[in-house]
Amino acid sequence: MTERADIDWFFKGAKNLWSPAALILMSAFVGFSALARESGIEIGHAMLITISIWALPSKIILVGAALSGTGLAATFLAVSLASVRFIMMVSALFPELRTKETRTTTMLFLSHFVAVTSYVIAMEKVRDVPREHRIAWFAGTAITLTLANTVLVGVVYQFSTAFPPIVMAVLFFLTPMYFLTSLWASARDDVVKFAMVFGLILGPIFHVVLPDIDLIASGLIGGVLAWAVGYLAQKRKSVA
Amino acid sequence: MSFDAIDAAWWSILFILIGGWLATDIWRWLGVLLGNRINEESQALVLVRAIATALVAGVIAKLVVFPSGSLAETHWALRVGALAFGFLAFQLAKQNVMVGVVSGALALFAAIAVF
Repeated sequence: MTERADIDWFFKGAKNLWSPAALILMSAFVGFSALARESGIEIGHAMLITISIWALPSKIILVGAALSGTGLAATFLAVSLASVRFIMMVSALFPELRTKETRTTTMLFLSHFVAVTSYVIAMEKVRDVPREHRIAWFAGTAITLTLANTVLVGVVYQFSTAFPPIVMAVLFFLTPMYFLTSLWASARDDVVKFAMVFGLILGPIFHVVLPDIDLIASGLIGGVLAWAVGYLAQKRKSVA
Repeated sequence: MSFDAIDAAWWSILFILIGGWLATDIWRWLGVLLGNRINEESQALVLVRAIATALVAGVIAKLVVFPSGSLAETHWALRVGALAFGFLAFQLAKQNVMVGVVSGALALFAAIAVF
């Protein structure tokens, strides 16, 4: 009974492949595939990078490292630093998905498919999914997205040299434009909006001042600031 | 030992798996373990969500201000302007994401074509 329903919810999740969020992500992966080809990465490697890393910013860093002849240890460090955010994104997301019965191994497996798009889709829609089916629904959403984009990277790779630079530039631009609006639309409270504003301002500043730990620094400082501002605003409201 | 250091298929694959897959997934796994200790209703989750959001916002700003590929050849003011334009359109359209993304992309396309 529940198993049958879980399969239904898995496929309901898989249908998110046709959501605006997923379509925009796919256009960003068209951009990535072209970047990989421009950089001289082989098609099989481009697909392996897509399915094994999945997060777009970390993929771009790996391609950059391969291109510039960076050593494995330094590459590991650079990709790690760009991926530290997942500790926060995953630990913010899974408490909303799991039940008391959900096995940790299931969550460890599913966590691989977390990236900004699946995070945003989940945060936006998870409250409409009954708690006991959320893991199945998220699995359908996120695994489908990953596999579809891996195939897409392989297909686009064959054709991407035909794109003029202005089209490539716009394709690369879709990702940040989409992240910005969808993250804002899925924000449930003011703290998240404060955090976005602080992160947008601090990201480029720390990129210049602390290039090695820019994202962690903007996340920790921006996030704690946003939380404190939200906490004080709440307190003032409850006093008045 | 760089990506091209050893001219063999196994080395490229190992490089991607260690430098890419492992370097990314350890943080996802740690996130699961940390998430197991967080209560859904707690202030700790509000704080974690704020930090996660500020991190992603940092990624967004970096992709626009310090981009890679063909986007890097455009002037930064065009990119930031197009992002602001898209966000404004998104707000005016009652937070419709599609309207925001299409407006921002068209604005950038027009700006590159004109300047």
